[in-house]
Amino acid sequence: MLAQLLQFLFSGLTVGATYALAALGFTLIYNASNVINFAQGEFIMLGGMLAVFFTQAGLPLPAALALAILVPAVVGILIEKLAIEPVKGAETVTLIIITIGASLVIRGLVQVFLGKNTHSLPAFSGDTPIEILGATLMPQSLWVMGVTAIVVVVLWYFFNRTLTGKAMLATSYNRLAAELVGINTNGVLFMSFAMSAALGALGGILITPITLTSYDVGIMLGLKGFVAAVLGGLGNGLGAVVGGLLVGILEAMGAGYLSSAYKDPIPFVLILFILFFMPRGLFGAKVTDRV
Amino acid sequence: MQKRAYFGLYILIAVLAVLPFVLPNSFYLDLAIRMAINAIIVLGLNLLIGFAGQISLGHAGFLGLGAYASAVLPTHFGWHPVLAMIAGAVATGILAALVARPIFKLKGNYLAMATLGLGIIINIAVRNEAQWTGGPDGMPVPAFGLAGFELSSDKQWYWVVAALLAVSVWASLNLIDSPFGRALRALHGSEVASRVVGVDVVRYKVAIFVMSAVFASLMGSVTAHYVGFVTPNLADFFHSIELVTMVVIGGMASVYGSVIGAVLLTALPQALATFEGWETVAFGAILMICMIFLPKGLVPTLASKFGKAE
Repeated sequence: MLAQLLQFLFSGLTVGATYALAALGFTLIYNASNVINFAQGEFIMLGGMLAVFFTQAGLPLPAALALAILVPAVVGILIEKLAIEPVKGAETVTLIIITIGASLVIRGLVQVFLGKNTHSLPAFSGDTPIEILGATLMPQSLWVMGVTAIVVVVLWYFFNRTLTGKAMLATSYNRLAAELVGINTNGVLFMSFAMSAALGALGGILITPITLTSYDVGIMLGLKGFVAAVLGGLGNGLGAVVGGLLVGILEAMGAGYLSSAYKDPIPFVLILFILFFMPRGLFGAKVTDRV
Repeated sequence: MQKRAYFGLYILIAVLAVLPFVLPNSFYLDLAIRMAINAIIVLGLNLLIGFAGQISLGHAGFLGLGAYASAVLPTHFGWHPVLAMIAGAVATGILAALVARPIFKLKGNYLAMATLGLGIIINIAVRNEAQWTGGPDGMPVPAFGLAGFELSSDKQWYWVVAALLAVSVWASLNLIDSPFGRALRALHGSEVASRVVGVDVVRYKVAIFVMSAVFASLMGSVTAHYVGFVTPNLADFFHSIELVTMVVIGGMASVYGSVIGAVLLTALPQALATFEGWETVAFGAILMICMIFLPKGLVPTLASKFGKAE
């Protein structure tokens, strides 16, 4: 009983960590620009696929992984520079369509150049399972959770202790006021796209040895990251992390105890309930409207 | 304004009447039928997006509900197709109302998230319940007939769908000019102001959302009967996005924009088929370019360019 529960918890936390990274990506961009970036899932896919491509091309693992994070970051910057900045202040629908267009371009390019096959990466430190109270934990799961934890700590430090991080935070609270005190809000936008692309890619790389990857995994991963961000209260960093882990755990429990065929809709049923009963999410701020 | 609005309707009817005689072969007739079906769905969706200012990212889910009602009920339970179509529309309407009421009490675009979730749940349910729906492979749909007359040839389908489109455009034009339509436009302008003058904001938004969902469900049934086969792809997220894109490219809050957007985006995949493997890239790039350079959509942008001279 306990062993089974623990087993589901482990797999939930592992995949939840990826959702958390994706949700952080949504949060960063949303805070900087109020854009919901539907291309976020493609960064996750891009990270995994590029890691596979670079290792197969013969690069040593660390170099391959670094490149697999760097390239999506550059892609994120390109999207921001070419497609988001020129239409600043457009309607939400317009911005959503632009990011969906961007996601199609990314997915299409990967499909053309890297093919439609499913790929895997070798686990970073072997496949010998670790036994804990009767449940087994793959070493790769530790990598996923550990790196995510480190990222969260680094991000916390960045936003609370560095000037750049504080400038980004200030922009998310009030863009105009931030501009007035001399913050380069375009630079903030630029940073947030680069950072969220890198975060997504990192999640994609870490999870690939466990869940495999192909050109079309981005949609579902991205949407679940989005659910996680909303669950935590859109725009709240801590909420994004907690939301991601919760979505992952609930999904794993649902798949284990209810039905594995209905694993995918669980986050979306969750989102309906959240909207009905606690529309600001778990940690969302109360918004008041000025007329 | 009034006269000019109807002028477009006359042109549309003329085009629809001439089209089957000038189209070279059945491939183009099929394309025209699918354009018209999409145009009707987009008209409904545009009332929601353009006038109520709300996005639905799960409209294909409603389309799928209608289509599968028309496939499953006659096949497994022996229902009459007309009855099945109505049952699908009613069920969709009730579902939409149930979801919309709590959502519209909130500020902001939460409908996008709720419909996104709803659409994905519907799609996965259809994929999983293989004993009823045939699962990912889909299932055949019986022919549509009424009072001994059966719709079978593409020509017959064309006239039916063309008539439906003309009526829908006419109805949309009238709706926008009715008190209901004025309330909707007021709502898009300023919610607070419209509440002050006595518009029941929540009720109007729910009404327009339910209406657009029912439109989609009915056209889902029509699609199912016309194609003779349904697959879960009809109800997937990508199709929802395609529908929203048709609205935005044609022009939000523009009746004729809906028709043009539907026509262009239905034709686009055919035109892109020559790109072999690059279709997705090209489709995405076209979306982005349109939105960056014509953020208001084709028809309103062109109308404001040429309209001022008149």
